Amino acid sequence: MLLPKDRGFIHRMPSEITPRAVFEQRRLLLAGLGTLAALGSRRALAQGADRSAPLSGARSTLPGAVTMDKATPLAEVTSYNNFYEFGTDKSDPARHAHTLKTRPWTVAIEGEVKKAGPIGIDELLKLGAMEERVYRLRCVEGWSMVIPWVGYSLAQLIRRVEPTSNAKFVQFVTLADRAQMPGLNSSVLQWPYVEAMRIDEAMHPLSMLAFGLYGQVLPNQNGAPVRLVVPWKYGFKSAKSIVKIRFVEQQPATSWSLAAPEEYGFYSNVNPSVDHPRWSQATERRIGAGDLFAKKRPTLMFNGYEAQVASMYAGMDLKKSF
Amino acid sequence: MSSARSLLQHPAAKPVLFALALLPLTLLVMGVLRDALGPNPAEALIRSLGDWTLRFLCLTLAITPLRHWTGLAALARFRRMLGLFAAFYASLHFCSYAVFDMGLDWNDIVRDVAKRPFILVGTLALLLMLPLAATSFNRAIRALGAARWQLLHRLIYVIAGLAILHFFWMRAAKRNFAEVAVYASILGVLLGWRMVKAIGPRYFMKLGSQSAKG
Repeated sequence: MLLPKDRGFIHRMPSEITPRAVFEQRRLLLAGLGTLAALGSRRALAQGADRSAPLSGARSTLPGAVTMDKATPLAEVTSYNNFYEFGTDKSDPARHAHTLKTRPWTVAIEGEVKKAGPIGIDELLKLGAMEERVYRLRCVEGWSMVIPWVGYSLAQLIRRVEPTSNAKFVQFVTLADRAQMPGLNSSVLQWPYVEAMRIDEAMHPLSMLAFGLYGQVLPNQNGAPVRLVVPWKYGFKSAKSIVKIRFVEQQPATSWSLAAPEEYGFYSNVNPSVDHPRWSQATERRIGAGDLFAKKRPTLMFNGYEAQVASMYAGMDLKKSF
Repeated sequence: MSSARSLLQHPAAKPVLFALALLPLTLLVMGVLRDALGPNPAEALIRSLGDWTLRFLCLTLAITPLRHWTGLAALARFRRMLGLFAAFYASLHFCSYAVFDMGLDWNDIVRDVAKRPFILVGTLALLLMLPLAATSFNRAIRALGAARWQLLHRLIYVIAGLAILHFFWMRAAKRNFAEVAVYASILGVLLGWRMVKAIGPRYFMKLGSQSAKG
């Protein structure tokens, strides 16, 4: 009765995702837009072109960076989002995030670093070689996706700004602009949204700064123009639309643990044996993995990245440091 | 007012309400068949059925106050049907959770219900609805006696309280209380009106007699 519709395909490389004819046509269109932009209203047109602009990366060779799980279709990756700055319903970001202006954009580097100061998005885009990494994303709400991100290891940026020995934690501050983000009128969270990790977690090669997905520039609702992706932690740790990165000595506040400290810890590593008070974390529903009757799948320790990241937590009681 | 009365007493009024009350289910079933419930159809289905349970609970509880405020006694004809639809949507809400969320694994369901307060409270509300649905026939009223039947059916106040607590706790995880506040206010007015009506006159009489003494 309930047959999955058109969900049997596996997309791996951006070149497979966008047929050659289509992306060549797109390039032509971009070239055309470029010419037009030179003639007239440069900014408006550049923005329009950005939205579907290709951003490809070489397949990552980092251990664990390319899962063999079937990727979640692009339509679902871009229409089922938690991005409370644009509304609390999962369909809100796709509907409202068009108001987000992703150019000009700078990320301020602050705190315990030798090279503090703003970095423009264009400089950030060139700071590391773009890689495509296919990560599992596990939301604390019990659903998951598999997303081909485009970006590079956060460690590359961190090394560039030269943290001092006092830098024990890295905090990520995201955009909070009422003019662009209707969700800020809600008091669900304190704005701006902040996230943080220990510096060794941030330096882990799997911690990624993402600028694109599915071979194109990040759609606004997915955290454009630059976001964090930390695949072994619950999704809310992966801050979107980052405007500031601070290096600090003391463990900084993070939004969800400020809002409900007994439900969301600082670490928030994916852990099937530590239940959230409202729901079990033992299983997850893979979005786009089939029909209504598809069985939930067991959640893996550290979201399946145990081999790569478990050593960072050796000796820690993960039930206490949840 | 008399036109409203004749509309309410029209022979087609009940069948029309019945069809309207089945509309949400029809749309959901169509959504499932056409794969139109979004990226997480199971969650959409479970949550929508829960929303409709709350809405029918509110409608059921609104009948008596509305009758009082408008003087339209004919409204009472629809109360049973609305109450039964609340129980119907609550049962579907639970069944869809059991099937789509838990894969009908009863060991898991029992463990999940016991472990999570918000599911426990919701399940309790459903269990309390069952005896009310089962004794909704005229014969049951006669068999129980009107007084006992009425006492039993006051359980709907407890059910409403549990239902809103269930919704509140579910949303508390993401601190998303806007919708909870809407339903809580509606239920607050509907239950508050009954409380004022029940204890109000006696309370004010007491106050009056005290001040008369003083």
